[in-house]
Amino acid sequence: MSAVVDAAPPSAKPATDGRDARTAWLLTAPALMLFVGVLVIPLAMTVMLSFHDWGQYKGIEPVFILKNWHEVATDPYFAEMFWRTFRIALLTTLITAVLGAPEAYILNRMSGRWKSFFLLVILGPLLISVVARTLGWALLFGGSNGLVNKLLMSLGLIGSPLPFMFTETGIVIALAHVMMPFMVLSVWAALQRVDPQIENAALSLGAGPFTIIRRIVLPQIMPGVLSGAIIVFSLSASAFATPAIIGGRRLKVAATLAYDEFLNTLNWPLGAAVAVLLLVALVLIVVGSNALIERRYAEVFR
Amino acid sequence: MRTNGPLALTFHTIFVVIMLAPILVVCLVAFTPEGYLSLPTHSFSLRWFRAIANYPEFVHAFWVSLGLGALSSLVAVLFAVPAALAIARYSFRGRDTLAALFLSPLMIPHVVLGIAFLRFFTAIGIGGSFAGLLVAHVVVVFPFALRLTLAAATGMDRSIEMAAVSLGAGDWTLFRRVTLPLILPGVISGWALAFIQSFDDLTMTVFLATPGTETLPVRMFLYIQDNIDPLVTSVSASVIAITMTALILLDRFYGLDRVLAGKNDPGR
Repeated sequence: MSAVVDAAPPSAKPATDGRDARTAWLLTAPALMLFVGVLVIPLAMTVMLSFHDWGQYKGIEPVFILKNWHEVATDPYFAEMFWRTFRIALLTTLITAVLGAPEAYILNRMSGRWKSFFLLVILGPLLISVVARTLGWALLFGGSNGLVNKLLMSLGLIGSPLPFMFTETGIVIALAHVMMPFMVLSVWAALQRVDPQIENAALSLGAGPFTIIRRIVLPQIMPGVLSGAIIVFSLSASAFATPAIIGGRRLKVAATLAYDEFLNTLNWPLGAAVAVLLLVALVLIVVGSNALIERRYAEVFR
Repeated sequence: MRTNGPLALTFHTIFVVIMLAPILVVCLVAFTPEGYLSLPTHSFSLRWFRAIANYPEFVHAFWVSLGLGALSSLVAVLFAVPAALAIARYSFRGRDTLAALFLSPLMIPHVVLGIAFLRFFTAIGIGGSFAGLLVAHVVVVFPFALRLTLAAATGMDRSIEMAAVSLGAGDWTLFRRVTLPLILPGVISGWALAFIQSFDDLTMTVFLATPGTETLPVRMFLYIQDNIDPLVTSVSASVIAITMTALILLDRFYGLDRVLAGKNDPGR
C-alpha cells in the first residue's frame, strides 16, 4: 500500500479548505459506492457465512456457531492442507528468487536490442492464460514417458522416470514458471536504480567477480528480490489453476479446496472459513514482511 | 560496463528455453494429426484447429471473454479517472484509506473474491448472470486502471491547466480539452492492463460463470478437468497466437514496456 502513498503527490496542496474536500469526495463517490456495495459488503457476508451452519439436507442455516472454525482448527486434514499450500508457495518463491534474480542481472547487462527482446520473451508469458501455460507443463510431464523425464534420463541425471503429475514437485515447477516474470520484473526494477559505475569502481579497486556480486550487487537488488518474493508468495499461496490441473483432484491446496466445498460438496460455510483463513493468513504475512523489509531497507527505499 | 561471460550466457539460454518450453509444446501438439496427445513427428495437421468449429462452446466463450474484458475495463476506467484525479490533487481526510480500499483487490486472493461475489450475487438474486460477472470484473480490474491513471495525473504539469483557467475555460472544457488529453497515455495503459486482467482471469470467474456466461479460461479449465486431448491445445495455441498478434500491434503503436510497467506491483 505504501506504493500509493509514494505515488500520491507532494504536489497536493498541504492545507485543504472545505470546498476542495467536497470536490474530492464527489469525484471518488462513484468508485466508493461501487467498492462498498460490491466488495466490502460481499466480504463481510463471506465472513458471516463462515459462522453459519450447514447440513447435507437442510442446506445453509443462518445461525452463529463456531462449528466450521472448530473443524478447520482441529481436523488434521486442514492443517495438512494449509501446510502444503504454504510449503508450495515458499518453495516456489525460493526457486523464482534463486533463478530469477541472476537472470534479471544478466538481462540488465545485455546490449539494448537483445535486452528488450529477451525482456519481452520472459515477460510475455505473463499475458498468456495460466491455463495454457499449465497445460504446457502437463504435456511436458505427461506420465512416465513425458519429455521432461526423457530429457533427464538421457542426460543421465535420473535412472528411472520421476512422477511429476499429481505431485507437489510438479506443482512447484509449473508454479515457479508461472510466477517467474513477477520476480524478474521486480529485480529488474531494482536494478534500474543501481549505478553501474559502482561495480566498475569496485573492479578498479581490485574486487573479484564474486566479491562484487556479494558485496555490491546483491545488497542493492535485495529490496527488489524481497518485494518480488512477497508478490510471488502471496500469488502462489492463493493459486488455483496450476494446483488444480497439475495436482489433480487428490492433492488439495487452500484455493482448490475452497472451490470444491463451494461447487462440489456445496458446504459453503466450511469453504468460506477456509477462504477467510487464507485471506487473514496472507494479509498478516504480506503486511508483516512489508513492514520488516521497509524498516530494514529504509534508506534504499527513500 | 562489463559484459556477460560464457557461464552467464549458458544460464540465460537454459532459462529462456525453460520459459518457452511449455508454451512451445502446447503449440506443437496442437498440430498433431493423431487423435491423442502427441508431438507431430511425421506430418503437421490442422484437424484440431478445424475441430474447434465443431465445439461452439469455445467460440462462444471467446466472445464472452472479449466482451466482458472490453466492457469491464471501460467501466473501470470511467470510475477510475475521477477517483484518480481526486486522489492525485486533493489532500483530504481519508485519502490514504480510500486509496488503500481501491487497491485492495490486488491483495485479496481471487479465490476469496470469487467466493464473496458468488455469495453476494446469490443472495441478491443475480447469481449466474452476465451483469454480476461484469460488476465483479470491474472491481477486480479497477486497481490497474486506477494506478496508471493516478501515475499520469500525479506526474502532469498543472501550469497548463492554470493557463487554461486564466484564459476562461470552464470546468468541463478544462477537463475535456486540457486534463484528459494530458493523462490519456496513462488512461490507455490502465485500460489495456485492465482488459488483460479481465481476459485472463480464471480463479474468480470460475466461481461465477454458468454455462451461458463461461469465459474462455473457464471453459478451457473445465474442459481440462474432464479430459486433456489435442482440442484444448489447439484452442490454447489460437489464444496464444491472438495474444502475440495483439502484443506486437500494441508494441508497434504504443510500446509494450509502458503497458507492462504497471504489472509490477509491490503491494500485491
